[in-house]
Amino acid sequence: MKDLSSRAMEGDVRAASRLIRNIEDNVPEMATAMKHIFPHTGKAHVIGITGAPGAGKSTLTDELIVAIRKKQQTVGVLAVDPTSPFTGGALLGDRIRMLRHACDEGVFVRSLATRGAMGGLSKAVGDGIHILDVMGKDKIIVETVGVGQQEVDIINHAHTVIVVLVPGMGDDVQAIKAGLMEIADIFVINKADRDGGKKLYKETKNMLEMGHFEDGWEPPIVMVESVLQPHTFAESVCELCDQIDAHYKHLVDKNLLASRFIRKVTTELNDSLHMAIFDKVVETLVNTGEWDKMLGLLMRKESDPYTLAEGVAEKFLKAVK
Amino acid sequence: MASDKIRILLAKPGLDGHDRGAKVLARTFRDAGFEVIYTGCHQTPEMIAAAAIQEDVDVVGLSCLSGAHNYLYPAVTKLLQEHGAEDISVIGGGIIPDKDMQGLYDAGLKALFTPGATLDSIVEWINANITPRK
Repeated sequence: MKDLSSRAMEGDVRAASRLIRNIEDNVPEMATAMKHIFPHTGKAHVIGITGAPGAGKSTLTDELIVAIRKKQQTVGVLAVDPTSPFTGGALLGDRIRMLRHACDEGVFVRSLATRGAMGGLSKAVGDGIHILDVMGKDKIIVETVGVGQQEVDIINHAHTVIVVLVPGMGDDVQAIKAGLMEIADIFVINKADRDGGKKLYKETKNMLEMGHFEDGWEPPIVMVESVLQPHTFAESVCELCDQIDAHYKHLVDKNLLASRFIRKVTTELNDSLHMAIFDKVVETLVNTGEWDKMLGLLMRKESDPYTLAEGVAEKFLKAVK
Repeated sequence: MASDKIRILLAKPGLDGHDRGAKVLARTFRDAGFEVIYTGCHQTPEMIAAAAIQEDVDVVGLSCLSGAHNYLYPAVTKLLQEHGAEDISVIGGGIIPDKDMQGLYDAGLKALFTPGATLDSIVEWINANITPRK
């Protein structure tokens, strides 16, 4: 039988989902598969959807899938939910909003747990995107965990970032804070028919008017009203889908795709170096018992973290001097 | 180091909207350290099999209280076999009369849990019988 990576590149769902599993579980064969796949990546348009828990990211993603399918394009979705810091378990509940696409062969949905990663994503997202890309998906939607103000790693992986806001989460000072509010290529004000929807629109608009946009794209604000009015909801999400395409066209027309791509490759190189060097060093320290010894020294104040780190670097990093 | 986390899909096939039990299980599995993909009520066997494959789960847990287990549970195992995914174990729960048990095991169900089964016994069965990424 052909290897998993070749089968995934032919669109084999089973192979693709197992590859993503291997990435998540960090099995050694994973690196071989990714070496094979990497040169073939970079064709899909990657869309990030982020926002607070319960803002409606999964429900928007579900309707966005409909809108994308209407344009005869295929979709891959990576939906991230949190891992328990106590048990390591996770309840992955994004998929429940997207059930109607379960039997559509043009749609692939995969739930990922954060497994300790900060930043709103899972470590497997970067390579997971590559897998969906080589499967031939036209668009890839990455739904982050419900985020606060600072979990902005999605900008390292998506060409187009959608920040989903809902009324009632704070005043206009929140709107001009750094972090989440800076990363949007498109804002969605979801549940806009609720109290405070128009106020939130004004605050967001004011915030945008204070900014200036070096790459010539001013993030549009798409108002989306209750999902309980399916017709207007679907219309608004179609408008969102058009804005997503307009943003991608802007990136292509203005030669800006590279500016997004460099963020991704920088992240990937960082992550790979981390795995190849840092993780190996720590593993060795743990296995030889040195790790526990160092913890003991720190507990008893017989050494400090800086001295210990220098000692480890001295031992392992001969070539860097 | 490779991780060995069990992934489980929980689903309620057919016309049964009573999902309290399934949600209790979802929470229990989360607390047992599994990754639980909870997909809720009113699903067809086709939806469940497709989701199980896309999610690369090790085990599918079915819950049905409406009495349609004899049709719905074997339909899921059959579809998984047709997709070459018979390595995904299927277990079920619900109000299943004793006389139906053997038929369901014959259809490929790996374990059945009926009223009175403790949460611990279900977790223990999974830990003892399911190998991640088999």
